[in-house]
Amino acid sequence: MPLEALVFYLLAALTIGSALIVALSHNLVYSAFALLGTFMGVAGLYALLAADFVAVIQVMLYIGGILVLILFAVMLTHRIADVDVSNRTVGRIPAVLILGVVGTVMGVCIGTAEWVQHAEPMVEPTTFGIGEAFLGPYILPFELASVVLLVALIGAVVVSRKELRGPMADG
Amino acid sequence: MQSFIDGLIASGVFGGLPAEAIYPAMMFLFASIVVFGFVLPLVTITIWLERRVWSRIQSRVGPNRVGPQGVLQGLADGVKNILKEDVVPDAADRPLFVFAPYLLVWGFLATFVVIPFSSALVIADLNVGILYIVAIVALSAVGVLMAGWASNNKWSLLGGIRSAAQVVSYEIPAGLALLPVVLLTGTLSTQGIIQAQGWAPWDWFLFHSPFTFIAAFAFYISALAETNRTPFDIPEAESELVAGFATEYSGFRFALFFLAEWGSLYVTGAIMAVLFLGGWQIPTGWTNNTVVLNIAQLTVFFLKAYFWVFLAMWIRATLPRIRVDQMMSLCWKYLVPLGFVNLVGTAVWMVIWPEGNTFVPYLMVVGTLALLVIFFRRVLYHLRRAKPELYFNPAI
Repeated sequence: MPLEALVFYLLAALTIGSALIVALSHNLVYSAFALLGTFMGVAGLYALLAADFVAVIQVMLYIGGILVLILFAVMLTHRIADVDVSNRTVGRIPAVLILGVVGTVMGVCIGTAEWVQHAEPMVEPTTFGIGEAFLGPYILPFELASVVLLVALIGAVVVSRKELRGPMADG
Repeated sequence: MQSFIDGLIASGVFGGLPAEAIYPAMMFLFASIVVFGFVLPLVTITIWLERRVWSRIQSRVGPNRVGPQGVLQGLADGVKNILKEDVVPDAADRPLFVFAPYLLVWGFLATFVVIPFSSALVIADLNVGILYIVAIVALSAVGVLMAGWASNNKWSLLGGIRSAAQVVSYEIPAGLALLPVVLLTGTLSTQGIIQAQGWAPWDWFLFHSPFTFIAAFAFYISALAETNRTPFDIPEAESELVAGFATEYSGFRFALFFLAEWGSLYVTGAIMAVLFLGGWQIPTGWTNNTVVLNIAQLTVFFLKAYFWVFLAMWIRATLPRIRVDQMMSLCWKYLVPLGFVNLVGTAVWMVIWPEGNTFVPYLMVVGTLALLVIFFRRVLYHLRRAKPELYFNPAI
C-alpha cells in the first residue's frame, strides 16, 4: 500500500472513530472532547491534499475557537456528566429513511462527479491563490460575509448587555 | 533530511526494507532525538535559569548544589518526579485525566517543527509557519480544559475554565500583532520572515516603524497571557486555586505540565526573535564554512530568544498577578484596539514609504539604546547603595 493511502486510511479512521464517539457516547463531556479527534482528522486530510492554509485555519478556528467554546459551555453546566443521553433518538424509521436518501444521493454524487486529479503531488503554496481570489473575483461575497459577522457580533453585544436604567445609567 | 535518508537507503543500511516503512520510522526516530536530545535539556535548563534569576532578584541564592552552579537541578527533579507514585484520584475521570498532560505537551512540542534555529536547522519550513504556531497552541488550551475537568475538583475546574477564557481571548491580540509583520514580508513562512530582515538592529522589524515596535510588545504581552505566565497566571493562582488545573496531578504527569509550561516560554521567546529581532541573521562574508556559519546563527538565535525568556522571568519575579476582570479589559479594551491601529498604521506606512523609511529605524535604535543606558545607570546606582556582596558575585 502506498504511504499516502496508509496515511489517508489512518486519518479517516481517526475522523470517523471520534465522530462515532461524539454521536454515541453517553457522556456529553466525552462527546465534546472526541470532537478534537474529528477536527484533527479533517485537518490532517486537508494537509494530505496539500491544502496547507485550509488545514491550519481548520485547526485554528475549529479547535482553538469552536471546540474550546463548546467545552466551556459544557463545563459551566451543572452536573453535566450525570445526563444519560447526549443525542435523543427521534425514532428508528425516520432515521433509516433519512440515512437511506442522503446516503444514496451522496453515493450517486461521488460516483458521477468528475474529480480533478493531478498525477504529480502539488506542493506549491496555496496562500497566494486564496488571497488573490478573495480580493479579486470573490470580493463581494467576502465583504458580505464580513458584514454578516459584524452584525452577529453587534447582535451578541446587544443581547448580552445589561441595560442600566435610572440614576445608575449615567455613570 | 530526505536526501540524507535516501543516501542511507542507497548505501544499503536498511537491507531490503521498503522505503514506505523506512521514512515513517526515520521520522519517529528523528522526532525522538529532537525531544530527548534537545527539548528536555532546553526545558530543564530554562527552569534552572528561572529559579536562579528569581532567587537573585529576591536576594536569595537559589538551587546551586546539583552540578556546577546547580545546572543539573532539572535532572534531579526529573528523576524524583519519575520515581514518585502516579496517583489518579478515585473521583477523577480516569481516561481524560491520564490523557490531558500528553495533549498539553503535544501542543508545545508541535511548535518546534517550524522554529528556524539557523538558515539550515529547521525541521520543516512550512509555507504557513507563523499561522501554524498560532493554531497549534490551541491544543494546549484543550489539554488544560481536559485536565481541569477530569480532576473532578472545583479548583482544577476553575483553573481550566480561566485558562481557556484567557487563551481564547488573547489569541486575537496576538494574531493582530503579528499581522503587521506578515504585511511587511508578504509571507507566513518563518524562514521568509527572517530573510526579510537583516543582522543589524535597524533592519529588524522591531525598529521598522513605531507601529511594529508597539506590535512587538503587544504580541509579547499576549504570548505571556497565552502561556499562563505571571502576571497572567490566574489559571494556577496559588493564593486562590491551590495549583489550578495541576492540583490533582503528581509524579511524571506533573512533570509534563512543567515541561509544557517552560517549553512554551522558550517558544514565545523564539517566536519574538523570529518576528521582530531578525532571527538567526548575522553578518555574512566572514566565513565560507557552512557548519561554523550555522553554529554562529544558532548562538545568535538562542541569545535573542533567551533575552525575551529572561524578560519573562524578570516580570514574574517583579509583578503581582492581575485580577480576572483586569485581564479581560486589558485584552479587549486596550490590546485589540491597539492591534487594529498597528495594522492600519503599518499599511499606511507601507503606502507612504514602500521601501521603508530610512531615517526612523536609526532614530528608534538610538532612542532605545539611550533608554537602556539610563535604565542601567539607575540600576547600578541603586545596587551600589544596597548591600552589594550577593549581587556582584554571580557564582555563589
